[in-house]
Amino acid sequence: MPGQHIVVGGGLAGLTTAMKLAEAGEKVDLFSIVPVKRSHSVCAQGGINGAVNTKGEGDSPAIHFDDSIYGGDFLAHQPPVKGMCDAAPSIIYLFDRMGVMFNRTPEGLLDFRRFGGTKHHRTAFAGATTGQQLLYALDEQVRRYEASGLVRKFEGFEMLSIVQDESGECRGICAIDTRSLEIRAFPADDVMIATGGPGLVFGRSTQSLANTGSAVSACYQQGTTYANGEFIQVHPTAMPGEDKNRLISESIRGEGGRVWTYKDGKPWYFLEEMYPAYGNLVPRDIATRAIYKVVYEMKLGVDGEPLVYLDVSHLDPEELNRKVGGVLEIYEKFAGEDPRKVPMKIFPAMHYSMGGLWVDYTQHTNVKGLFASGECDFQYHGANRLGANSLLSCVYAGQISEPAMVAYAKGHQSSASSKIYDAEVARQREAFDKIYKMDGPENVFSLWRELGDWMTENVTVVRFNAKLKATDDKIMELKDRWGRVGLNDRGKWANQELLFVRHLYNMLELARPITLGALNRNESRGAHYKPDFPERDDQNWLKSTLAHWTSDGPRFSYEPVDVGLIKPRARRYDVDKGAPAKAA
Amino acid sequence: MAEQTITLRIRRQDSPESASYWEEFELPFKANHNVTSMLMEIRRNPITRQGKRTSPVVFEANCLEEVCGACSMVINGRVRQACSALAATVSQDHSVTLEPMSKFPVIRDLWVDRSFMFESLKKAHAWIPIDGTYDLGPGPRVSPETQELAYLFSRCMTCGCCLEACPQVNEHSKFMGAAVIGQVYLMGEHPTGKMHQDERLEALMGIGGIADCGNAQNCVEVCPKGIPLTTAIARVGGQASRKWLRDLFFK
Repeated sequence: MPGQHIVVGGGLAGLTTAMKLAEAGEKVDLFSIVPVKRSHSVCAQGGINGAVNTKGEGDSPAIHFDDSIYGGDFLAHQPPVKGMCDAAPSIIYLFDRMGVMFNRTPEGLLDFRRFGGTKHHRTAFAGATTGQQLLYALDEQVRRYEASGLVRKFEGFEMLSIVQDESGECRGICAIDTRSLEIRAFPADDVMIATGGPGLVFGRSTQSLANTGSAVSACYQQGTTYANGEFIQVHPTAMPGEDKNRLISESIRGEGGRVWTYKDGKPWYFLEEMYPAYGNLVPRDIATRAIYKVVYEMKLGVDGEPLVYLDVSHLDPEELNRKVGGVLEIYEKFAGEDPRKVPMKIFPAMHYSMGGLWVDYTQHTNVKGLFASGECDFQYHGANRLGANSLLSCVYAGQISEPAMVAYAKGHQSSASSKIYDAEVARQREAFDKIYKMDGPENVFSLWRELGDWMTENVTVVRFNAKLKATDDKIMELKDRWGRVGLNDRGKWANQELLFVRHLYNMLELARPITLGALNRNESRGAHYKPDFPERDDQNWLKSTLAHWTSDGPRFSYEPVDVGLIKPRARRYDVDKGAPAKAA
Repeated sequence: MAEQTITLRIRRQDSPESASYWEEFELPFKANHNVTSMLMEIRRNPITRQGKRTSPVVFEANCLEEVCGACSMVINGRVRQACSALAATVSQDHSVTLEPMSKFPVIRDLWVDRSFMFESLKKAHAWIPIDGTYDLGPGPRVSPETQELAYLFSRCMTCGCCLEACPQVNEHSKFMGAAVIGQVYLMGEHPTGKMHQDERLEALMGIGGIADCGNAQNCVEVCPKGIPLTTAIARVGGQASRKWLRDLFFK
């Protein structure tokens, strides 16, 4: 008998999982807040990495593996990262077969470009809308299985919680229809969470509005371990905006874009000067800190504002249109200036969470029957993710979870007692009834903005313990004020404010392991930088942070990092990183 | 100088069955605002221009950078994405009018149900029928010229603008609109997809298919991504005619 699986999230990770399960003849219920084709994966611009070595540079999956581990400052468990890099060429070929219109060489082969943290042309790309193209290819394959009846889609549904049996195993989910606001339980043999990152915890980020981290937070509050939450990637190049910070892809630098500002009245290409070996293609954490230094310490921001230039005006506009047209179009539409003619003005913005739900090497969380893949797992990027590795990790995690989920489901098909579903639905209804009655003075969207401002100011690029502590106090204050929210909309149909009240609560819960994880970690590693502890400290901190929810706040434990394949070495980008030394 | 303001006139509707009504909101004018950021501002203080406390306006939005297609609506009478409608350029006499798209059922306020478009993609078999997802090596070679044209179509975000603007899409017709025709064209340009193009043409030769196109050419005018939809309609139309003739003589 085929297993019955639930996949929550319709981005690259969720759709890959759904496609693989359906291909194996399994039944899938696919849940997504937005129609899956509108998932945040569409925002990925630059490309997907795989050492296909079509440029005669001697690239190999082994070098991709070393670049990724080194780029992640040795915090990622190494075996899964190796598996991902080994599988990368075949993943790119699969998308090619599924019809993704990747850019081509004159011979009709896949073209590759350079990205940050590597010396090789390793990034396959479809213009500068690669995430969108990969997502659509998966969406089409899943639609094919939907037409044949193996996949049922629940779009416009929001997961509220997992349903656990007496022994704590996950036996399905509880979800709300965002239109009718009806709350129902959905049984399954196992569940995959693929709901993406927690960008909205930081208010304005490069992430989409659906990325509140709410489903992940719900799992965390139900006993799922959250790992390495303090590792938050701030992308060096985004357009600051009122509603979000719009990403300007790393591919702009991959194609020859240069970052500069004025010093002594002349353009100063500071990344090229500070990091001669990698120049504008240093990893994101390095570029972001350099921009912060130039703007805040040296006071050299453009017109005194927190902005620097990202310049492609010296490059051939036709070639730019072919390779990065999609990104330039976004800048042009939102800034009203043509970046082919005038330099873009950019600033770093919160972009990606390396941390996420703890999973084993088959994407299984510590809760039996609950799997996680994509940005919401912690597995593949260590302390800093390399550009164009995220699309890869989503697809790879989705692929390897399929056999594990099928095997797990085979052993767990005995139906659970209906009581556990009724109880969970009752618990969620009660929570919503309470929200309906909220009539205090606070506005939920204003509270959210306050949270975002605090998190962005204190828990992103430069971190100080006193400010992290103050931020945690602020989160507690906001939780208290959350209880005094007043609802402006008491409607019983498509009430977005009602749903957002719950989202904000979950964001506040998730903000704590992020902030306190950072407070605890007294070292600097990858994206986590403390001026008071400027060095990486392998003696004490070569370990993953594991946060466990309790009603008194997160409890922390640590697990050693599997560094059995590549021995940790100092991470520098002013000189060539050199070849890896084999671990003893 | 008095602070500049901008007025949003919004057509609201509480549920699919209820009647619509107008509400107005006045906000301080900021040059870097766009329509979604203004709707987000209203959520923080949902009070009408007349001082009445009301519910926040319901709208669909996600990426906010015009790649997800979620926030399509009719702005000053023209369909487009709200996120890329900048306050500085969209306001007319310091006011902006927002309405839900009229060719799709309203869920609430500016949020509409576009599942019809996804159903059309299903009907048209708009996918490449691969043998399996296991490792079968590289895909077919594609010339850069083919890629460059096909890529334009691969950026269709199913946003619905082309259906909204099309006179042939209305309550009396089942016309599936230009978007799905563009996707069928795209699939037919891929070397593997080409092998199965007849299946897709079959769907487009039935009810609501390509014959319903009235050649108004509004679709290509309103497409936010500049997709050459009329080119696709002409070429897929040609493919369909050839298939019709082939079927006539050889079936």
